[in-house]
Amino acid sequence: MIWNSLNDFWAMGGYGLYVWGSFGVTALCMALEMVWVKNARAQALTQVATELAAESNSKEWS
Amino acid sequence: MIQKLFFYASPQNFYPLAGKLWPLFALLATALSGWGLWLGMFVAPTDFQQGEGYRIIFVHVPVSWMSMVIYLVMAFWALLGLTFNTRLSGMMTKALAPTGAIFAFLSLWTGALWGKPMWGAWWVWDARLTSELILFFLYLGHIALTSAIDDPRRADKAGGILALVGALNVPIIYFSVKWWNTLHQGASVSLTKGSSMAQVMLEAMLIMGIAFWMYAVAIALYRVRSIILIRERHTQWVAELPEVKAQMMKNSAGGAIA
Repeated sequence: MIWNSLNDFWAMGGYGLYVWGSFGVTALCMALEMVWVKNARAQALTQVATELAAESNSKEWS
Repeated sequence: MIQKLFFYASPQNFYPLAGKLWPLFALLATALSGWGLWLGMFVAPTDFQQGEGYRIIFVHVPVSWMSMVIYLVMAFWALLGLTFNTRLSGMMTKALAPTGAIFAFLSLWTGALWGKPMWGAWWVWDARLTSELILFFLYLGHIALTSAIDDPRRADKAGGILALVGALNVPIIYFSVKWWNTLHQGASVSLTKGSSMAQVMLEAMLIMGIAFWMYAVAIALYRVRSIILIRERHTQWVAELPEVKAQMMKNSAGGAIA
């Protein structure tokens, strides 16, 4: 192990802000993207189902 | 083999395949990034010049590589789509663009955070940095262009041409550190000279690179499924999908209560 303590690890030899700013924003972007594609899929399914239901409704009435 | 490729070029056959493949790539991405982060943060030694600040390399280089690779893959799909007129190509190009844009942004972001302590500046108009910024704008342009055109086939054509022309920028980014006198350091890994880094640093960086590659594949496969659903929503096979049927049941149940 190259770190003496947890504080040492977070400090990153004085570069903590830069190192964790890089890793943190990268992780955040990936997490946001995952939520985003999940929402897009739910939205796509809702749209497809709604349109199909509307179609079959109009067929029943005609 | 060739026949199999044509089989999966149809959205109807690709949709279930992508559904089976994305969890696999997501699992690989998780496992590899865990391993790569362990090596990079706990095993790799301190750099004799840059101290611990160099550890930004374990995200900066992988996201930069991926920002270029994804654009090349988009150009490949665009070429396929423009020559064979396959529908899936345009959908894949569209599914890749947002992930590429995120990686290009992260490349600039982590680069700024690395540049500040090492060069004393968040940003300089250096050839490497400027060409990467252009790549970021090309991604945004692609997203804007394809979503501004209503007819999907025409949107795919326009987007395909932009992807192909823009691909010229990728070798410019890659070779910029050779062609111009840049503040940005030269390649740490080169095919001809090998690596200038310690073995374990190089390993951690490559593993993170593969991990991000797997992530990009997983998320693009996931996203393309939503695009396929929307574009093929008037077909019988979409109407018969179990997830679509389940959603219709849910909708009508909600409607009955309301």
